[in-house]
Amino acid sequence: MLRVENITVCFAELAALDAVTLDVAGGEVVAVLGPSGSGKSTLLRVVAGLQRLDSGRVLLDGEDLAPTPPHRRGIGLVFQDHALFQHKDVWGNIAFGLRMRGGTRPEIERRVRELLELVGLTGFEHRSVATLSGGEQQRVALARALAPEPRVLLLDEPLGSLDRRLRDRLLDDLVGLFAELRITAIYVTHDQAEAFALGDRVAVMREGRVVQTETPDALWAHPADEDVARFLGLGNVRDGAIVRPEAVRVTAAVGEEEADGVVESVIRHGPTVRLRVRLADGELLEAAVASLDHPAPGDSVTVDVDPDGIVRLP
Amino acid sequence: MTRPPGGGVRPHGSDPAKLWRALTYGVPLGFLAVFFVYPLVSILERGLRSDGALTSPLDLLTDPLTREVVWFTVWQALASTVLTIAVAFPAAYVVGRYAFTGRSVVRALITIPFVLPTVVVALAFIAILPDGLERGWAAILIAHAFFNVAVVVRVVGTFWASLDRRVTEAAATLGAGPWQRFREVTLPLLAPSLAAAAAIVFLFSFTSFGIVLILGGPGYSTIEAEIYNQAVRIYDLRAAAVLSLVQLLCVGLAVWVSLRLESRLAVRGQLRAERDVLRRPRTRGEKALVAGSLGALGVFLGLPLAVLVERSLATASGHDFGAYRALAEPTPALLAAPWEAIVNSIVYATAATLIALVVGGLAAFAVAGPGGTRILDGLLMLPLGASAVMLGFGFVIAFDEAPLDFRSAPWIVPVAQALVAIPFVVRIVAPTLRAIDERQREAAAMLGASPGRVRREIDVPIVGRALAVAAGFAFAISLGEFGATVFLARPDRPTLPVAIFRFLGRPGELNAGQAYALAVVLMVVTAVSVLLVERIRLRRGGWL
Repeated sequence: MLRVENITVCFAELAALDAVTLDVAGGEVVAVLGPSGSGKSTLLRVVAGLQRLDSGRVLLDGEDLAPTPPHRRGIGLVFQDHALFQHKDVWGNIAFGLRMRGGTRPEIERRVRELLELVGLTGFEHRSVATLSGGEQQRVALARALAPEPRVLLLDEPLGSLDRRLRDRLLDDLVGLFAELRITAIYVTHDQAEAFALGDRVAVMREGRVVQTETPDALWAHPADEDVARFLGLGNVRDGAIVRPEAVRVTAAVGEEEADGVVESVIRHGPTVRLRVRLADGELLEAAVASLDHPAPGDSVTVDVDPDGIVRLP
Repeated sequence: MTRPPGGGVRPHGSDPAKLWRALTYGVPLGFLAVFFVYPLVSILERGLRSDGALTSPLDLLTDPLTREVVWFTVWQALASTVLTIAVAFPAAYVVGRYAFTGRSVVRALITIPFVLPTVVVALAFIAILPDGLERGWAAILIAHAFFNVAVVVRVVGTFWASLDRRVTEAAATLGAGPWQRFREVTLPLLAPSLAAAAAIVFLFSFTSFGIVLILGGPGYSTIEAEIYNQAVRIYDLRAAAVLSLVQLLCVGLAVWVSLRLESRLAVRGQLRAERDVLRRPRTRGEKALVAGSLGALGVFLGLPLAVLVERSLATASGHDFGAYRALAEPTPALLAAPWEAIVNSIVYATAATLIALVVGGLAAFAVAGPGGTRILDGLLMLPLGASAVMLGFGFVIAFDEAPLDFRSAPWIVPVAQALVAIPFVVRIVAPTLRAIDERQREAAAMLGASPGRVRREIDVPIVGRALAVAAGFAFAISLGEFGATVFLARPDRPTLPVAIFRFLGRPGELNAGQAYALAVVLMVVTAVSVLLVERIRLRRGGWL
């Protein structure tokens, strides 16, 4: 449905986007995942028509969008930090796109109510957007973009400015919403959890390039290279292969001679505990342990690796 | 994440865009050329030429009277600045650090003296100061402090309210006591705003006219007042012209120094929203501080005005509205009945406001638009520095011959008043235009708004409020404008400040009473227009 073809954008000789190609099928959500400065936002601005491009094409349903200005593309954009109209109330913000489309009053009224209900803000119609909390502003931004029924919805780190708990909650809401609306969307984020939760497929970007596009499971199973693996948090790379932390079994050594290494640090990550073990050869190996009865820093341990947990890098 | 450059919502190079650009540059520049540059050139010519030949102005420059006037102008401006900051600082502190009920009301009320006509302020101090002190340098300094307190409280207080409390808290955890925290952390951070406020107060005091003319008395004349004396009372146009040039040079120098100072002192730092900074006073000491500072300032600002009202009602035998009733009767002090001055003032100020909004509004778009230059910005500020008396004097000598004999044209007064108001209009509107987040325009475009529609839906509503604010200020400024108007208003069509001045120039209790009564009327009209402005004022509109 949406095809981004060979896009290159340069800022002062520097390529912000370097021959980027991306396909988004109808009803599909593609999460674009990458560190800041990798070109994710620029990619969205190109699709929206807010950014001139040096070469390449953006096709929507086979039609080249180059001659279409942003306001006629029928593409919705949820801005980072929302960019709400401060001089309009919640109603005025959500109704804006509908008014531009030239809807009748009852139509607009019905649609705005529908959206307020959808994002759980019924009763907020005439609140000034400046008085809303971060999460509420985010919902208004989403409702505003959805109101005119865009063909494609673009989201630029929509949860980026919110605190962690609120983010987790809104993330769940978004997952439900996207499933319900069957919307075609590109969701840009630097957060792995968001990308995996929302994306039917995840495109990993680095330094202006898309290095890998896969479903979350496939990406997790077969990262394209060491950098992608490390970005996903798979730090155990040994001899051209990834060792999954959950495949590493660590047990207390019976005697000094039997030990494979010494535990350096113990950090709890939610349900699992991450152990970092300094091996005899000096390398670090990370293990994820579910047990509450785990070794402590300084303990000598033996290490076994489940062969199923070793992934050869291409 | 940073926003990459090169957005494409605004149209470039299209015909409407070119036309718009020509309009926004052409109208303000044309207006300035005719009504500012040309009178200035006339002054220059008058000062440097006598009897048709180039003459050195050296004889006038080395004249002891000139030296005395320049010296007095400089030191009274410096002293006024120091006094103003001293008087305003406690209130700036309270407004900048504490949240309390009525905080915005306090800020609005403090602003009233600043926009009061100088003639009203001068009269208020004649009314309140004891005999003997009512004229002279002390009266001038106190009146300047009264007038400019708002500048310091608003500039410094607003800036203070955006300084992160945690920085001083960090200093405290590092062992700094209250005084050390103030000296080592707060003061350096405040310095740019203090410098900015001081520069404004210095400039206003330096070019002060009405207050000096009325409160100065013999021997206390600033350059500005002396230009008027020479031109109107002694009728030495060459001396007035040379003094104007001296004034221009001094103001230019002062502006240059203050700009240098500001850039030297500028501290970059994250500014925070007021609601994160301000907190309610907790201890009794803090509450006493808030109440005490504001109370003292309230007395300083309120008492002279209250006494002015009282004096307008005072008669030999008690209080009544006699002086007000007499405004309807013809008087030998004026060639018109005093009440006509009220009508004249309102008509002139309305016309001046319209002119200032059109010219200043277009200029603001030019200054804030793509490619807007600092040069244009600076050029538009010039009338402010060149001072109203110079403008009035320049008009008189520039527009005295056909085909440019406009001295008695009815529109010449509003044009001069507009010229004084334009810098304020630009200063209010341009920052608002600049502050519109480009993403707001982009968001509108993404929702289907065409470029023209974006301007209508985003730019105009946001600027509309700023324009309304600017209109209020332009109106208040024009109402109270005295320096230029006193040269230009026809004797049979005086404005309120001019009429008050004429009454003051005549002896007798009824004349004094009528001057007080007119001053009260002028004060009320001005205060009402300013309070209306404060209601629609943008919450973050800079110091104005």
